Amino acid sequence: MAARPEARLGKWLVSGLPLLYLIAFFAIPALIMVLASFRTPGEFGGLSPLVENGKIDLNLESYSRFFTDSIYAQIFAKSVWYALLTTFFCLLLAYPLAALVAKSGKKHRDLLLLLVILPFWSNFLIRVYAWMIILGPNAALARSVNGLLSWFGHEPVPLLFSSFAVLVCLVYVHLPFMVLPLYANLEKHDQALLDAAQDLGANGWQRFWRITFPLSLPGVYAGAALVFIPALGIFAIPDILGGPEDSLIGNVIKQQFLETRDWPFGSVLSIVLTVAALALAGLAAWVARGNLGTPSSGGDTRA
Amino acid sequence: MALLEIQDVSRRFGDFTAVDRVSIAIEAGEFFTLLGPSGCGKTTLLRMIAGFDLPDGGRILLEGSDLAGRPPEQRPVRTVFQSYALFPHMTVAGNIAFPLRMAGTPAGETPGKIEEALADVRLTGFGKRYPHELSGGQKQRVAIARALVTHPAVLLLDEPLAALDAKLREEMQIELINLQKEVGITFVYVTHDQTEALALSRRIAVMNKGRVEQVGEPSKIYNFPSSRFVADFIGTCNLLDGVVIAAESGTVTVEVEALGPVRATTTLGTAVGAPGAIALRPEKIRIESKSSEATPDNHFRGTVTDFLYLGDVTVYRVSTPSGRKLEALLANSESGRTKFFETGDTVEMSWPADAGHFLDS
Repeated sequence: MAARPEARLGKWLVSGLPLLYLIAFFAIPALIMVLASFRTPGEFGGLSPLVENGKIDLNLESYSRFFTDSIYAQIFAKSVWYALLTTFFCLLLAYPLAALVAKSGKKHRDLLLLLVILPFWSNFLIRVYAWMIILGPNAALARSVNGLLSWFGHEPVPLLFSSFAVLVCLVYVHLPFMVLPLYANLEKHDQALLDAAQDLGANGWQRFWRITFPLSLPGVYAGAALVFIPALGIFAIPDILGGPEDSLIGNVIKQQFLETRDWPFGSVLSIVLTVAALALAGLAAWVARGNLGTPSSGGDTRA
Repeated sequence: MALLEIQDVSRRFGDFTAVDRVSIAIEAGEFFTLLGPSGCGKTTLLRMIAGFDLPDGGRILLEGSDLAGRPPEQRPVRTVFQSYALFPHMTVAGNIAFPLRMAGTPAGETPGKIEEALADVRLTGFGKRYPHELSGGQKQRVAIARALVTHPAVLLLDEPLAALDAKLREEMQIELINLQKEVGITFVYVTHDQTEALALSRRIAVMNKGRVEQVGEPSKIYNFPSSRFVADFIGTCNLLDGVVIAAESGTVTVEVEALGPVRATTTLGTAVGAPGAIALRPEKIRIESKSSEATPDNHFRGTVTDFLYLGDVTVYRVSTPSGRKLEALLANSESGRTKFFETGDTVEMSWPADAGHFLDS
């Protein structure tokens, strides 16, 4: 590629600004965080000076604390578990919804898509607080659930401030991120393939399982990544809707920075979280490629 | 009893009648073609045989039993789709194995059957490829192998060669004929291409506006079209409108406007005074510069107004003094032919009585 100098300059001008932005607001802060993870917490929070008595103060104390105190690994495992559950339920709910939107006529399709993204029009925290009201002890939902339970001779259960509330809200908040990539994939599917499968003897379930689902995997992976990664780091939802047992890794990180004011340890947790998310995404991509056997342009349904 | 019987089948979409009381009987082992212009109902009929669409009236019987209650996946009928519809996430072998799996074929028998199907379409060794690694012709063959591997009673082909280029299409036509003979399965072929229909089929049903105009062998359809539509749609044809002025057994004389009396054959019990048209194929008209000794029944003089040189043949348009235009086709390779006509040349046209075929109107 022997680009003419002015063309090369143009390319840099176009990509330079976003690149600068990413360096300033993503790469440099990430590096600061990595550096902070090796430093010592300050007496009154923050960080103690980097150079003290002519010596550079860098140590692995925060890392050893993370790997020796099992409570953090447990919270970490719980966060991964919640994120996986969220992804699973989002997939379960989003698939039929995306299929419905993809199958419906042009007129209804736009309306349905609008409904899917409508929640984004109101503030995230307001939507989370709305769940507080929906799940609250005096709301119709809790009353009818507990009414039913007492009918069976059960003790009443609180819906709010529980892992149930956290999971319901996690699924609710992330659902559109699963629906949209799935819809984008399913909408491109070629009806002729399903006709061919039916003609060759496949019943409805077989057509779904052998044709539609495998061809929708790129959409499933995209949706899963868009749900799993943010769900892993979330802290607002457990803070507002969870009980004391529902602290997730995001809450611990927030706590380290804002309450305990142990910046190095908070940095360690953030780095572990980022690395774990990247590793899981990489693993999923690797599995996907191994399973499909094709270059993962599997979204192309045209023969 | 015919293998596949279409009895009085109709299909309406709102006010539009796509298939209008069609009855066809297709024999076992036959290469049968539904031929017609787009919108004539041939694809709708095919989809009803496959089960993707249901008739509003009439019945479709396979081996004597009504198919009405059976969804596509339960009919022993397979379709080769125009777009091939190969599953992109499966290999060639996976595609061919699909109907075997659906039919519950024991896993042990599958590889042998796949090999056999690949050999049938001359694609041995292609099992591990993915559809996107194949050419158009190869995809077409995989689609056929996939449809044939379970030995269906009937194979339906929906314009399967439409997406191929002319050269490859001819090659595939010969392969299809051979394949059909080899496997002995009944083929029902849909096309709008009349040369393809003539080349491939044992019998053809010519369809127009939802109705079957004529069913018969290619040579019958070509030489003895039963309607103006068939005569016009299959090949090119001079249609000479007129009124019958004399009728004997099998022969009529028609007074053609702006031409004169023309003798032609007829299969109808035609009476004097009946209006109609003579269908006359361009290649049956002889043109010479001087009238020959052995004068056939029909003889007219005209002037060449245009000609199209097509390599193997030349098409001449000749106008008679009273303005009737006729199209005549001459093979350029004809032995002893030295004289080519130019625009403006005066020529003698002649043809025997059995060259033209009288159609009722």
